[in-house]
Amino acid sequence: MQTQVLIIGGGATGTALSRDLALRGVKSILVEKGDLNAGASGGNHGLLHSGGRYVSNDREAARECKLEGDIIKKLMPQCVENTGGLFVAVQGDDEAYIADFPSYCAPCGVPCERITPREARQLEPTLSDKVIAAYIVEDASIDPFKLSLLNMSQAISLGSRLMRRTKAIGFDIHNKKINRVRVRSKDTGEEFYIQADQVVNCAGAWANQVCGLAGIEIDILYSKGTLLVTNDRINHRIINRLRRPSDADILVPGGTVSIIGTTSIRVDSLDDIHPTIEETDLIVREGAAMVPALERTRYVRAYCGVRPLFRTSGSGHEADARAVSRGIAILDHSHEGVENLTTVTGGKLTTFRLMAERTAGMVCGKIGVSEPCRTRTEPLPAAEECQWTEPGLSPKKWMRSHTTDDIMICECEMVTKTAMDETIASLKNNNEKPSLVDLCMRTRLGRGACQGAFCGTRALAYLYECGEEKTRHGLADIGNFFQERWKGIRSILWGDQLIQAELTESIHCGLFDEELYTPSEGEAD
Amino acid sequence: MALPKSHNYDPKHVFDIMVIGSGIAGMAASLFSVNRKLSTVQAGSVGGTLFASGLFDLMAIHPVEEKRVWADPWEAIAALRKQGSLHPYARISDDAIQSAFEEIASFLSSAGMAYRFEKNRNLPVITSMGTIKHTYCVPESMWHGVEAYNEKAPCLIIDFNGLREFSGRQISSTLREEWPGLRAVRISFPDTEGLNEVHPVHLAQALELSAVRESLAARIQPEIREARYAGFPAVLGIKKTAAICAHLEKLLGIPVFEIPMMPASVPGFRLKEIFDSVLPPKGLLRLIDKRVESVARLDNGNFILNIGGPDQEQFIQARGVILATGRFMGKGLLSDRKGIYEPLFHLPLHQPESRISWHHERFLDPSGHPINSAGVEVDDSFRAVDGTGKTIYDNLFIAGSILAHQDWMRMKCGSGLAIATAYAAVNAFINNFMNKSDRITA
Repeated sequence: MQTQVLIIGGGATGTALSRDLALRGVKSILVEKGDLNAGASGGNHGLLHSGGRYVSNDREAARECKLEGDIIKKLMPQCVENTGGLFVAVQGDDEAYIADFPSYCAPCGVPCERITPREARQLEPTLSDKVIAAYIVEDASIDPFKLSLLNMSQAISLGSRLMRRTKAIGFDIHNKKINRVRVRSKDTGEEFYIQADQVVNCAGAWANQVCGLAGIEIDILYSKGTLLVTNDRINHRIINRLRRPSDADILVPGGTVSIIGTTSIRVDSLDDIHPTIEETDLIVREGAAMVPALERTRYVRAYCGVRPLFRTSGSGHEADARAVSRGIAILDHSHEGVENLTTVTGGKLTTFRLMAERTAGMVCGKIGVSEPCRTRTEPLPAAEECQWTEPGLSPKKWMRSHTTDDIMICECEMVTKTAMDETIASLKNNNEKPSLVDLCMRTRLGRGACQGAFCGTRALAYLYECGEEKTRHGLADIGNFFQERWKGIRSILWGDQLIQAELTESIHCGLFDEELYTPSEGEAD
Repeated sequence: MALPKSHNYDPKHVFDIMVIGSGIAGMAASLFSVNRKLSTVQAGSVGGTLFASGLFDLMAIHPVEEKRVWADPWEAIAALRKQGSLHPYARISDDAIQSAFEEIASFLSSAGMAYRFEKNRNLPVITSMGTIKHTYCVPESMWHGVEAYNEKAPCLIIDFNGLREFSGRQISSTLREEWPGLRAVRISFPDTEGLNEVHPVHLAQALELSAVRESLAARIQPEIREARYAGFPAVLGIKKTAAICAHLEKLLGIPVFEIPMMPASVPGFRLKEIFDSVLPPKGLLRLIDKRVESVARLDNGNFILNIGGPDQEQFIQARGVILATGRFMGKGLLSDRKGIYEPLFHLPLHQPESRISWHHERFLDPSGHPINSAGVEVDDSFRAVDGTGKTIYDNLFIAGSILAHQDWMRMKCGSGLAIATAYAAVNAFINNFMNKSDRITA
């Protein structure tokens, strides 16, 4: 297998790089060891930052957010809900910070407008009556799954390739160049080689593991952030806490839900990362200071991501991950003896396009391509099979086009047979066997109130009926599907969610005995 | 507990037993009470048994973390007792458990829903997930499925267009290795052509008509070929299941059976119909779809129960209460971020120290989540006890899944636990309480 550029990592940056290169006429293969957006690109707020969050401590990141936010709103509107945002302070918050906020924003070009607490509560009735100051900013919410799927989709349409569940496991290096990259398929265990002129490490938090294949070490700090999803949307705009960045101080609405987060916890290992009960309790308590309803509301899911923060010399006290810059780091490894390896890390979702643009620029320079970047000016095309990730879109579409031949598979999130069929077809186009976990990521299957107890069962029955599943593997598949869901609910199981979890368990263990059919620990996928 | 302010109940009317809860445990407790001529009143939501599969498990897996399956449920129970388990079964004799099952099975059989079991054996039952479930007592309508599986006989599974939770192909594909003679066919149920979705209860109602059965059999007939059994989703009628099965067997020429499937299931609906229609004539006062809002206790020890909401308050006095309100689904237990509560009597609960240890990191962890073993602790008479083992009220008895020290979902002991503890609770009420104090009656 051979290509011009091999991209390692299918997050927002890797997929955007694939698109950016494709638009410059450069073919690439993207290998992703798990699934698209499986790392920090999926484990975040889905917030298109106005920049306001970084004005006090990271001016460059704040400026980049402002400029990139404008581009994304204009060229990728199908991924954005332009909600606008607020920064609010409550009693006890630092008065000096409140007063200085406009003077932090101005030099970064981040617009902000002060309003009274009363006006803020008129805009957002769920705000605490202890709000003492508020500013309007230009935040928006963004669907990171749709974003990556659409970027990848355009790249594929221009001749690039995506290989999911394929892990880079070795570099053959001769004369200071990676000649070929050894990869392994997670499904078949098969190993093979991909030859590439250039290799780009977009592995995010896993960047160090990839660099390690070339004997290079980079200084990355891992910061885990946990977020909670509410059952109902409780705010119209993004609500930020008006203080220096801290825990649980951003509430982002998106579609039919709201998301509160995050924590920032330094972790040393990327293994076994999941939201903890302590984090959940912290988020609920802190979030409730801004929006008291967060103490009473029902949460449907918790998730987390690990931010890869690139540590430049003198970037602050190392115990505090929030003090490390959210700036972009593009590392040319030529001076470490590998001329065709580039690592891109740091940055944030809002600046993903800029990271891809700069990286593509460097890579094109190395292979003598002088085509300019087109992602800065050309709109991102829509692709039919990506649209089912948008909360609320499935219902809208269903209501519009409900005909006698469409069957509802997931009643909580209204995922139809049509949505399933299109998603299955697009996976198969890419030579992938559809699993329930895939369907869950690409539609909203199993993400609603029933936690998959009913729709997971229906979807599995459907996979058998349409011939996609033909063996006893379905039991392992639904076990994996429940485990994926479980990671997201385990830390929020109280009240109604606990009732639902007990129902799910009573059906799938109490009645169907599925726990007797799942591989034991260690044998699992 | 303070007395309620309003006194619009009839203080002269004292029931023997108030059963709170309408799942299998509540229904069984009501049956055992009326069979023993106790004046009995029952409250609980209307859908208590709808989530029942129709199968009555006794005990099949122990120790759960080893996934050890027992062919003989009594041996499994004996093993539990021998290891000093605090499982509620450790407080009931095998004879009592057996008698409880027989009393329930005989009641259901006389009400038209016959059950089959073998005294010392668990039975393998295929489910709509393609798993083999080990259970103790099966509705007659599922019996031929046990035979067909044991023989691995050529068997046709029929399913219906639009029945979303049931795929015959799923069952045959999942079981192919151990049962190659399983074959699936999907047809349209009579008069549902063009419908996207068909619902089990509607199909079951339709099958009460002989013309529908004839039309259905005609569609299945050409598909039978080598098959010696025909398996259906559990939709073969609601009130006349035995007759419907017999008729289909005559029409098809081979034995038919039902396969248990997702709730809310038709067999659960059948149980509800029987309890709703047969228990009241036996003397049970059923307060249908009424919740017990609060409880107070009189000086003489009788309970005063406030039924229904503030709009239509009703007070019932009873000499004893059987609490069979279930766990979280039944709202017998409530939870918040900080702990688990029993909302009616504020009973102390056996529970993990904090939410951190409620659940394992793997959902299907065979060892079962620690929260599953939380619940009310009892004495040998199934009366709630406090942390020191002291009986809280001498006339408050606990039955069913709200009891601590069991994981019915992993041990496969849900119905057995409900039936046996309801039996033990009613008998304990009679033995320990009725006989030892003056009976205050109307």
